[in-house]
Amino acid sequence: MLQTREWSPGQIEENKIYREMGLSDEEYQMIKDILKRQPNFTETGIFSVMWSEHCSYKTSKPLLKKFPTKAPNVLQGPGEGAGIIDIGDHQAVVFKVESHNHPSAVEPYQGAATGVGGIIRDIFSMGARPIASMNSLRFGNLTNERTKYLFTEVVNGIAGYGNCVGVPTVGGEVQFDDSYEENPLVNAMAIGLINHDDIQKGIAAGIGNTILYAGPPTGRDGIHGATFASDDLAEDADKDRPSVQVGDPFMEKLLIEACLEVIHNDALVGMQDMGAAGLTSSASEMASKAGTGLEMNLDLVPQREPNMSAYEMMLSESQERMLLCVEQGREQEIIDIFEKYGLKAVPVGKVIEERVFRIKHHGEVVADIPVDPLAEDAPVYEMPSEEAKYFREFQQMENTVPGVENHQEMLKKLLQQPTIASKEWVYDQYDSMVQTNTAVAPGSDAAVIRIKGHDKAIAITTDCNSRYIYLDPETGGKIAVAEAARNIICSGAKPLGLTDGLNFGNPSNPEIYWQMEKATDGMSAACTALSTPVISGNVSLYNQSKGKSIFPTPVVGMVGLHKSLDHITPSFFQHEDDIVYVIGDAKKEFGGSELQNILQGKYEGRAPEIDLNVEAKRQKQLLEAIQSGVVVSAHDLAEGGLGVALAESVFGRKGLGATVELTGDVTVELFSETQSRFIVTVKAENQEKFESLVDDAKQIGKVTTDGTIQVSINNDMVIKQDVKELEELWRGAIPSLLKSKE
Amino acid sequence: MKFAVIVFPGSNCDRDMYHAVKEVLGEEADLLWYENSNLENYDAILIPGGFSYGDYLRCGAVAATSDVMKQVREHAERGKPVLGVCNGFQILTESGLLPGAFMRNQNVSFMCHQEELVVENNETVFTSGYEKGEIVRFPIAHGEGNYFCDEEALQQLKANNQIVFTYKNNPNGSVSDIAGIMNKEGNVLGLMPHPERAMEAILGSDDGMKLFKSLVENWRKTYVTNA
Repeated sequence: MLQTREWSPGQIEENKIYREMGLSDEEYQMIKDILKRQPNFTETGIFSVMWSEHCSYKTSKPLLKKFPTKAPNVLQGPGEGAGIIDIGDHQAVVFKVESHNHPSAVEPYQGAATGVGGIIRDIFSMGARPIASMNSLRFGNLTNERTKYLFTEVVNGIAGYGNCVGVPTVGGEVQFDDSYEENPLVNAMAIGLINHDDIQKGIAAGIGNTILYAGPPTGRDGIHGATFASDDLAEDADKDRPSVQVGDPFMEKLLIEACLEVIHNDALVGMQDMGAAGLTSSASEMASKAGTGLEMNLDLVPQREPNMSAYEMMLSESQERMLLCVEQGREQEIIDIFEKYGLKAVPVGKVIEERVFRIKHHGEVVADIPVDPLAEDAPVYEMPSEEAKYFREFQQMENTVPGVENHQEMLKKLLQQPTIASKEWVYDQYDSMVQTNTAVAPGSDAAVIRIKGHDKAIAITTDCNSRYIYLDPETGGKIAVAEAARNIICSGAKPLGLTDGLNFGNPSNPEIYWQMEKATDGMSAACTALSTPVISGNVSLYNQSKGKSIFPTPVVGMVGLHKSLDHITPSFFQHEDDIVYVIGDAKKEFGGSELQNILQGKYEGRAPEIDLNVEAKRQKQLLEAIQSGVVVSAHDLAEGGLGVALAESVFGRKGLGATVELTGDVTVELFSETQSRFIVTVKAENQEKFESLVDDAKQIGKVTTDGTIQVSINNDMVIKQDVKELEELWRGAIPSLLKSKE
Repeated sequence: MKFAVIVFPGSNCDRDMYHAVKEVLGEEADLLWYENSNLENYDAILIPGGFSYGDYLRCGAVAATSDVMKQVREHAERGKPVLGVCNGFQILTESGLLPGAFMRNQNVSFMCHQEELVVENNETVFTSGYEKGEIVRFPIAHGEGNYFCDEEALQQLKANNQIVFTYKNNPNGSVSDIAGIMNKEGNVLGLMPHPERAMEAILGSDDGMKLFKSLVENWRKTYVTNA
């Protein structure tokens, strides 16, 4: 684990100590070229974290460049703490997703908690008040005790942190597949609201200005966290536990209030949180972005324990810390604000003209590094890519209809699959309502947060069906973006843009890199087709353990805007006699489906096809129909197809049911996962208007009040089922899996 | 009517409480940081929910020792209304203004959802706008909402009609399904569910409106009509 012994520059080169910090021989040589000498121990550490994948995106940069990032309403694209999109009235939303996968695998409570804390800091460091958070979680199947432990503790960690800081956790998604058994995914997303005038940047500008350190003291936790996150998860990963940070949400709450007060003081020049690579990344990036240099005296940095070395302080990822650049001579104004909240803020350095990052400790210069090569000029690698062998096999497989004997029993089974089952056990533990803006709480396609004082709201969703992406990364990448947009549309909002959390395996494997390439190609195409620019994101690679990689999981966190509160549309049926429509026809598509999972215990074949033109047309038409007031409820068809969507539409609706008549193959009609489909209800009097607005809508039945779901196909009743019984199965599935013993 | 919303380090429903009385109800209100505040000129004190002092030691224990709580006590002794919600309720029991204590929820998990409550006592300044036995929906959001008091204290609560709200389907194991109690004098109410989150139909319930309206109307009757 940690090298506590500090090697000499000569030893570092001779014994290749830099390799233990994650640097390659070539990278070490580059560092020597930059410094024109051998780096010392602290400098080697500083380069290693800044050039880690987590901080520098050195292998993913060429792929990220492909994403469309611009649109007239994008005020800040990728590059700052978080992206910003205009929502009118001089207001904007700030959002980003971030992964905390490796920490959560070895210390699930703190890993998840600090993931939430970190992403919330990214939001308020921009000057925005965090108004909601979401998450996207992946675990192995809930069949072994360790997976149950990871799942339970991750949820506890998110709740423990998020509830205390007073930011509502308004939703998210959880999926379960074997590929995540050793390497769970914990992606947290936060959304902030800001007035245009309050937007801050993380810059250290103005020669002579003061660098303030704010927050709790620096300790020895999380040292090399960024490096830990940029390597395969070792089988003996438990030894990496000291790389995991420990969170204090109370401290974060104080920090939020203090920072949001500080932004109104014009002595503030710039502000950035100390996230991955702590003091090193925040300080060097602030200087790099401002085109300045920065000098820092570590003797002034508040320290939690005695005798910390420069290396430890620079690489510590102790939580809830901020770095500020403040006008020289006005430091006290800012310090006073922090003190009101019981927080320490101390000057630790100043902005200098010479474009170097210079660190002093005990009167000696312990690091002296040119700023840009460190923060901006990390090496970028074009990795070799090779089409995955399995993909070729899968593409040659014919689409077939799986044999299902009893469709009613199969529907029950599907509803109890943990990926489909109710996630109430999860979200009931999150305070989803604090701040009193939550108009649509967890459990719907998208969460909806109203904006106080205006007739508008924002919709938020996270989505990614990694099974499709595994089968066919490009198609799956398109689907991930399209499905997120479907959720936003169903809630009645227009998609504005997205943040991505790209979780993949080890990119040095050409087949993994190929997955990354294709998935991002697909996502880019869908972003263009659906006019949803990527405004921020995070890359988490090396998600593999024991040689087994996770399914490629580029999580999409999307935000949309309701132009009026009247447009907010529920995901569930509302009244008796409303007409039920399905938009889009089912095809023989079961590759990557939940049905395939049940019947074969694995995923193979072709992913469902997606035509982005059809997708864009249907989304546009449905949104127009919603905005014109003729849609009562709208829900997208996802895992488990129409059968599951129909059941979900009547759950929790006290006595509502539905009668549906279809023609075609029973299994295809009920369980196919064909894309770009929706289930919609409309009042009878609006039938004509709705049909004139939405081309591909087909009337399939009616909402009833008899508390049953009845589906006949080709005039045969294939499902006649008490809703209450189905709902109990669906609600009880996850709690009962957690209670059952191996 | 002028409300003071007290803000402790870690309070997180302070702005919600302020929004409820100021924006939704249209009354005067101030957010008051716990230090150097003077409660003299306020008609009612609201102690909001959240995690004051991070819930360290015990929920509400640290805030209960603050100087501002001495002022709250004096305010209460003068018969003026005090409402503590969630963590505010915990602060009131920790400071001895209300009897009892809180334990972790029976299932040891934090829980957040709408709960149905029964109005047990509508002869209070907080609840006169409700019918006795009326069912109202307020959200709950707590990890330690399991109210406990000993048998003797419970008998006293019952004898004095101090139990104001009970849960219809007790979610957390509270003694006698207690969701909200008041002091003997009837001017200090502690409530675990959040009426300030139930002020607008768009958020799922506006059943909390009557609580704040009752407070305002009763105050007007006493202080304005007679003036």
